[in-house]
Amino acid sequence: MFLFILIPVLALFLRADPAALWAGLQKSEVLQAVRLSLFSSTVTVLITLVIGTPAAYYLAHRHYRFNRLLDTLIDLPTVLPPAVAGVALLMAFGRRGLIGGWLGELGISLPFTTAAVIIAQVFIAAPLYIKSAALGFAQVDCELRKAAALDGADRWQTFIYVILPMAWMSLLSGSVLTWARALGEFGATIIFAGNFPGRTQTMPLAIYVGFELDLNTALALSVVLIGLSFFTLALVKGVLAQWTQPSPEEIYD
Amino acid sequence: MIKKGYWIVAFLLSVALVVGACAPAAPQATPQPTQPPAVTLNVWAAASLNAPFTELAQTFEAAHPGVTVTLNFGGSQQLAQQINEGAPVDVFASANRKQMDVVVEGGRIAADNPVNFVTNRLVVVLPADNPAGLNSLKDLAMPGLKLVLAAAEVPVGAYSLAFLDKAAQDAAFPPGFKEAALANVVSYEQNVKSVLQKVALGEADAGIVYSSDVSGADAARVSQVDIPDALNIIASYPIAPLADSAHPELAKQFIAWVLSSEGQAVLARYGFGAP
Repeated sequence: MFLFILIPVLALFLRADPAALWAGLQKSEVLQAVRLSLFSSTVTVLITLVIGTPAAYYLAHRHYRFNRLLDTLIDLPTVLPPAVAGVALLMAFGRRGLIGGWLGELGISLPFTTAAVIIAQVFIAAPLYIKSAALGFAQVDCELRKAAALDGADRWQTFIYVILPMAWMSLLSGSVLTWARALGEFGATIIFAGNFPGRTQTMPLAIYVGFELDLNTALALSVVLIGLSFFTLALVKGVLAQWTQPSPEEIYD
Repeated sequence: MIKKGYWIVAFLLSVALVVGACAPAAPQATPQPTQPPAVTLNVWAAASLNAPFTELAQTFEAAHPGVTVTLNFGGSQQLAQQINEGAPVDVFASANRKQMDVVVEGGRIAADNPVNFVTNRLVVVLPADNPAGLNSLKDLAMPGLKLVLAAAEVPVGAYSLAFLDKAAQDAAFPPGFKEAALANVVSYEQNVKSVLQKVALGEADAGIVYSSDVSGADAARVSQVDIPDALNIIASYPIAPLADSAHPELAKQFIAWVLSSEGQAVLARYGFGAP
């Protein structure tokens, strides 16, 4: 299994000639794609933190009737084929869409903009953070929350000083998953945001277009994409391992 | 030497194929003398010919009892490669001369056999209600228009750019036409069908596609602005029988059917022009 994953990745690196790779990396379209990808996926994570954290907290603590329904709803974008998500986003936010038509009257047009790239990425990738964060919040012992409340902490203080420090590992790993998924997002982006260098052409799109004509560009971007994803995942896993390495006493606690 | 050897092998192979095809039919000859032997004609055609060739094959089968036309559609380049690899094909219809020549050079089609049977041209498409109020080709440079083209890597994208070049050199178009039109491009789509979709959905104000893409149900969803011949990029589609076809007569008949006025009428219905 390890070999099965390793061999194609290795083949990509072996096939990429370093000189051509360097030349490919200096092409303006490649740099534009890298810059746009880093920018959009970072903004995606920030937006996800802001709107995803309350959602995750809600999912973890409120056990209302609709909780399971909402939980399934959050799962939906992860199982949906991204192309379907792209079409759905067009139907909602496109110029003739459910909300898009109304936005158009305000002079806002989303398709073919960087904003559309970010919307597609949030739609596809935010659930990964929400699931991970909800799990983290749920693991915080509710006795601790009650204790904090007894000590006179209000809800906000409880959240900041008790829950967040205990759950932050889950929030971090969720953010990274979301970031990595956003970085690789292709299907929804190309349908909802289109493909325009510097504006909506992220790395995966440039790789796809490049593959048709210029294998060197495609290879250069593929190597960057894999390198970035691998480096970040490894870094975060390293940090997580350091922080979560439970001492033996804790295990039997 | 090599060429001669190749021909001998090809000849032996085709003899073997014919003999092989006839042999199983022989014992069945007595009970049903009226039933002609079952024959399969392999027709390989460019992906854009999918709809009209499916219809042409059905009418051809109806006119030739016992004949089954097996269709295979794909990018012309891919088909040409596979034919040169030795795929069993009787008729090849390519979307351009270039890929037909690949097969001619590969030795499987005689150089004087390909004939152009249809043309395909560029056409500007707009959403049915024309939200940008585009009236003529000059309006492609209208500020604020949302134009969608296929990426330059896709043939139709390259043709679209060539059309803008031609128009820019035409006296009827204002100076800076091409630059202004390109400044209006909001997306370079991956294939011609997604250009059509973005326009049909009303996300873009205009797009450039092949006339053959705007047929059937899609025709009602968009309106069209014609590009005159002088500015258009017109693609000619050649068709030819394979030199080593197992059914050379039938292959010729199929091509004659495509070239006939009935065949041309079918192709015209799917947005193709006369050769």
